[in-house]
Amino acid sequence: MNHYQQLEAEAIEIMREAVAGARKPVMMYSIGKDSSVMLHLARKAFYPAPPPFPLLHVDTTWKFQAMYAHRKRMVEESGMELLVHTNPEGLKAGVNPFTHGSSYHTDVMKTQALRQALDHHGFDVVFGGARRDEEKSRAKERIFSFRSAGHRWDPKAQRPELWNLYNTRTRPDETIRVFPLSNWTELDIWQYLHVEKIPIVPLYFAAERPVVKRGGMWIMVDDHRMPLEPGEKPEMRMVRFRTLGCYPLTAAIESPATTMEEIIAETFNTVSSERQGRLIDSDTPGSMEKKKQEGYF
Amino acid sequence: MGELHAKNIGEYLEEQRRKETLRFITCGSVDDGKSTLIGRLLYESKCIFDDQLKALESDSKRYGTTGEKIDFALLVDGLEAEREQGITIDVAYRFFATDRRRYIVADTPGHEQYTRNMATGASTAQLAILLIDARKGILPQTRRHHRIVTMMGIRHIVLAVNKMDLVNHDEAVYRKIEADYREFAKDAHLATLQPIPLAAVHGDNVMKASGNMPWYQGPTLFEHLDTIDVSHKATREAFRLPIQWVNRPNLNYRGFCGRIAEGKVRPGDKVRILPSGRTTTVKSIDFFEQELAEAEEGASITLTLNEEVDVSRGDLIVAADSPPEVADQFQVRILWMAEEAMVPGRSYWLKMHTKEVTATVMEIKYREDVNTGAHLAAKVLQLNEIAVATLSTTHPVVFEPYTTNRALGGFILIDKLTCATVGAGMVEFALRRASNVHWQALEVNRQQRALIKHQTPRCVWFTGLSGSGKSTVANLLEKRLHAEGRHTYLLDGDNVRHGLNRDLGFTEADRVENLRRVAEVAKLMVDAGLIVLVSFISPFKAERRAARELFGEGEFLEIHVSTPIEECEKRDVKGLYAKARRGELKNFTGIDSPYEAPEHAELTIDTSKQSPEECALAVLRLVEGK
Repeated sequence: MNHYQQLEAEAIEIMREAVAGARKPVMMYSIGKDSSVMLHLARKAFYPAPPPFPLLHVDTTWKFQAMYAHRKRMVEESGMELLVHTNPEGLKAGVNPFTHGSSYHTDVMKTQALRQALDHHGFDVVFGGARRDEEKSRAKERIFSFRSAGHRWDPKAQRPELWNLYNTRTRPDETIRVFPLSNWTELDIWQYLHVEKIPIVPLYFAAERPVVKRGGMWIMVDDHRMPLEPGEKPEMRMVRFRTLGCYPLTAAIESPATTMEEIIAETFNTVSSERQGRLIDSDTPGSMEKKKQEGYF
Repeated sequence: MGELHAKNIGEYLEEQRRKETLRFITCGSVDDGKSTLIGRLLYESKCIFDDQLKALESDSKRYGTTGEKIDFALLVDGLEAEREQGITIDVAYRFFATDRRRYIVADTPGHEQYTRNMATGASTAQLAILLIDARKGILPQTRRHHRIVTMMGIRHIVLAVNKMDLVNHDEAVYRKIEADYREFAKDAHLATLQPIPLAAVHGDNVMKASGNMPWYQGPTLFEHLDTIDVSHKATREAFRLPIQWVNRPNLNYRGFCGRIAEGKVRPGDKVRILPSGRTTTVKSIDFFEQELAEAEEGASITLTLNEEVDVSRGDLIVAADSPPEVADQFQVRILWMAEEAMVPGRSYWLKMHTKEVTATVMEIKYREDVNTGAHLAAKVLQLNEIAVATLSTTHPVVFEPYTTNRALGGFILIDKLTCATVGAGMVEFALRRASNVHWQALEVNRQQRALIKHQTPRCVWFTGLSGSGKSTVANLLEKRLHAEGRHTYLLDGDNVRHGLNRDLGFTEADRVENLRRVAEVAKLMVDAGLIVLVSFISPFKAERRAARELFGEGEFLEIHVSTPIEECEKRDVKGLYAKARRGELKNFTGIDSPYEAPEHAELTIDTSKQSPEECALAVLRLVEGK
């Protein structure tokens, strides 16, 4: 078996194992490329049956318009149930990344919202698309990652994970986050998307888009809610995104890559890691690790 | 690696497709320069991005131990607490690639209190790098690391003699360490052993051959990793598929999902289901929207079979002509991973491939000193200790010795209360083979059902007047039987009249139908392997005879509770006799309806002459056949 077949077989094995031990599983669906790969693998794992779980999108309401369009399309194609949750208190308070800052916005609209959704539905097994190559603290996360009541991640109380023997038993109040893409790298994701011809949000491909430069990064003006600072004027640039999240918090890169081939070539030749485009990771040192302890995915 | 252009992408993808993945583990401590070595591997293979390098430079100034120079160790010490303490306390996985291979590195701490972490990292690795500080030579730590990785089944070792720069690149120092290790490791049956002198901090012999050590003619670390053959070359390639999930989207499809643990499979292959032993042939190998002509080890597939056979999660589908063993008692090697000690006799969940059963360690044969290998006596097993022990499971498990197949011989133990993974184990061999179970599929019949309960099923039929003490004796008897671990059930007016026979009154016809149903229910329960106690007045010989005829020879025991009517009426616990005498209750047995006493009861008891306890004991002796 070649490298991709191995990664694919491993991810499918993980999904089947998680579902076999789960009471009420769910798959996080963030609409991004990793979610697209995960959804594709889930369909393979349980075919000809549909994946035996719904998709859950924690919607901050600040995603790119193109992402909402893609979400609609994928739900129709897969025939799976989609649950969308937005933190109602956050929505009422009008929490947004501009006036409240990225870290508060993320906490209220993503971390807290996720906890609300999981508690509300009582999911015990939650699939996520995180990879170990993304960030230092992710490198130590298990494939089956246990969260105590309140969804807290205690890096020191993780279960040893030997061979492919995943312990799926949980105490009441415990939940498991399962990461089938743990051993994939960014390049693997792109190559797999290419080989399997998996549809992705068009924002990953370069196009002329209205952007402004903030803190040395290109931020796309995706809708009218984006307040412009004095003297700031959106300009059209050939840009694309390596990672997708809330549009005010996701930086674009200048790129001429309009095809999958060009993206792979660019990714291969690149000199910066993909999470660089995520403004939330570099708030404070060890920032991802702290968010995870609070229950961030 | 050169610049890639989109037009070459097809070529590039083809190249990627051919690349193999090598998983290895690095063993050593921070002092040996382990993190530095891994950081160096990432750096030399250009797997550090510019922004990571920039973060590394700032981190180096803040936490670094190398002054103004880049501290590669910080690249791999992930968790904040670890960075502050300057130690690695968990297992981290790193990814890098060269033109020839892709690598997954398990980075684990080296101290004795982290033995479990190293075992975890080693469980999925094909090769181990044992890191040695050239100034210190072979330490107890080295022996421990060697012992852990070979126990976990690693047969390829790189002896990385690091910090050669601090011993003036002296060949004699290196040769001495190599010789010491070879002597120590001579019994380990290693497939390959490659010693390499290194100075990781400067990159000597990591990617490029070192100009400082011209006396070393062997491969650099990267040359070795890129070319070593770690394919396990099993002597026999027998198909093994542990079943994870049964896929039943509709009545016409039954697919058995799993990841092939060994061998190949093709449609038409004759296969055996274990532990049942049933054989059939493969109909198709399904993978998403395609049917495969063949699938090999490592593939996650869905099989359909030509016959409708019973297959569930935890079963194996295997090559029909070379099935693995099935057993419920094993000699195993256990590494304990929990703070709370392992105690023989306590039961844990055991998970092996996709099977979960209850397991108990019967006896610790000896504990193995992880540093010296010495055998020590032990009553319990503490955190990070290793023992050879005997273990039994509640159900037969399909397995292979760990040395034959890691996927079918490795298991974890799970605490039933905390659900934590508390132990890792490796099967050495079976103590008692459940061979009679797996060669021929047995029909599940009444005998099998009874055998599993360790009892002879019976129907104990109490007959007698109202108030004679039937139910009192039957209740006492059931308690005694239950205390002896028998599986029982008591049928009486209370639990039958309110449900099953709710539609029946007390006319003669209804009483007959009432008893007929009770007898049929009792028969089903005896068929299920139970000892059934029936407590009904059952006044008519005909009905009792009809009941008796439902059962096999010796299965039906009629107990006549012959307490005289005067005594029964005197007791009149439910006030029924009084009612009947007043004419308020019609067809009352003994008053205006006859009681036909049995002529051939297996036992007659009289609660006016003996205490209910004595009566129950008499029945018990009869039931137990004493």
